[in-house]
Amino acid sequence: MTDTAPPRNERARFELARFERPSAISFLGYALGLVIIFWCLAGAGFSLEKVASSPPRFADFAARAFPPNLDPQVLTRLGWKMVETLQIAVAGAVIGVIISVPVALLAAKGLIAGPWVNQIMRTGLSFIRAVPDIAWALVFVVAVGLGPFAGMLAIVIDTIGFCGRFFADDMEATDKGPAESLTATGARKLDVVACATIPGSLPAFISTSLFALEKAVRSSTILGLVGAGGIGIELKVGFDLFDYPTAMTVILMIAVVVIGIELVSGWARTKIIGEQR
Amino acid sequence: MRDTLSSTISSVTDLLLRRPAAPDVLTEQTGAAFAPVSHVDIEARAVSKSFGTTPIFSDVSFRLARGEATALVGANGTGKSTLLRCLMGLIPTSGGSVHLLGQQTDETTGRQMRNIRAQIGLVSQKHNLVPRLSVLSNVLHGLLGKHPGIRHWSHSLAPQSSRETAMQALERVGLADFAHRRADRLSGGQSQRVAIARAIVSAPKVLFADEPCASLDPSAGEDVMELFFRLVRDENVTVVFTSHNIEHALKYGDRVLGLAQGRIQLDATAASLSSADLRGLYD
Repeated sequence: MTDTAPPRNERARFELARFERPSAISFLGYALGLVIIFWCLAGAGFSLEKVASSPPRFADFAARAFPPNLDPQVLTRLGWKMVETLQIAVAGAVIGVIISVPVALLAAKGLIAGPWVNQIMRTGLSFIRAVPDIAWALVFVVAVGLGPFAGMLAIVIDTIGFCGRFFADDMEATDKGPAESLTATGARKLDVVACATIPGSLPAFISTSLFALEKAVRSSTILGLVGAGGIGIELKVGFDLFDYPTAMTVILMIAVVVIGIELVSGWARTKIIGEQR
Repeated sequence: MRDTLSSTISSVTDLLLRRPAAPDVLTEQTGAAFAPVSHVDIEARAVSKSFGTTPIFSDVSFRLARGEATALVGANGTGKSTLLRCLMGLIPTSGGSVHLLGQQTDETTGRQMRNIRAQIGLVSQKHNLVPRLSVLSNVLHGLLGKHPGIRHWSHSLAPQSSRETAMQALERVGLADFAHRRADRLSGGQSQRVAIARAIVSAPKVLFADEPCASLDPSAGEDVMELFFRLVRDENVTVVFTSHNIEHALKYGDRVLGLAQGRIQLDATAASLSSADLRGLYD
């Protein structure tokens, strides 16, 4: 035994310390966590019985939905609805991203606005994000009537909530060095933001904008459920009329388009941003 | 009347000839360092700075004359970079006052401060270029203090006269051929030369350099320092630079200020100092 070896008891404790006995407070915390999880499961109507009985029902739905409806007339109609869905998503996302830049400038701390303005803008963005896109669609259907324009406005507002917050975070996290160098030469705040902060945040902006586009495409596929345009209305009608083959066609089209957009977005992200992110 | 005039002259003379606070430890003073100067560009009067309850330095006083190159040396954490930022008014002092180009920085409005800063330049340890923009755009940004607005945001929008000024600055640092290259495609030494071009493009009266060659290998660092001082010596620019390199401080500085234990412990002409004198600051 060397001089530096720990005493036997200490050593035994050290080796057995892989699993430490929780303190009383930790134990209470774990117990409380478990209680909350079971309470939530009860509130959500979790039932093992229903889970066990669902496969036959699901098989029945699958049997009635397959094969999907591939009638050329139906495909053409659904295809145009999908085009409209993408139009809603792209127009809404682009306008939303553009508006998000000045909004984020006001929300970001230490750039062009004071702390009060930052806080007010951040609270506004939190409110926008707290309301689901489908609820915004309902509001805009009331405001501008049924149709794709209401859907586009819902996407715009949803994108502002998403991009406004992340753009602001990105600008706050940007390397302050270039901004300091320009400030030291007498540049105005607006010039510093335009020449150092925004270009420095551009890779993050592009990445966030592409995520916003993916999100907009996913959202726009269901806005039709509340009459805000897009292919969602076809899905609703399919289920309402028990026309499961057509509903399955819609589901598959949505899956293909969303996965396609994610692939294109990922490619564009790598292409534009390169290895920086 | 004559007494009043005499008293006023005496006060002004005292003010001009006032020396820094008495040294505590290593301080050396030479006649040249504190000789009456015709034009003071930077003056620190009992400046102190703390972050929260942590004091960084206190009672820092000195005057720097037009055209003088001053090396600010000291160990890590002594507040050299913080002092530079206080001198530029980028961060507020906790006490005392800074006079930059004849104006007290903490008593100026935002516009006045920008006008003062339009006459200064900064070269940082990390070149601080905007990576995705062209070299030319980065240099043009050095003109934003004198020409604010969208036309100097990018080389594509800039007026011809500004583009020519920026190109001349790039020629002076030997990088005119790289004007349209993206800043993040340059080597460390090239980036620092672009940063120097950005700092000198507006023909500043005062240049601050915060360890300008710390991130470069010794050879590139030497090249950058040679270039920097060759450019500013011709223009009678006042320079304050921080450095851990004792040889650089003695070679390029006319005067050396040493920070240690939160105070200026050394203030002397470079000619009167040896490397051993400066090493004492790092003990």
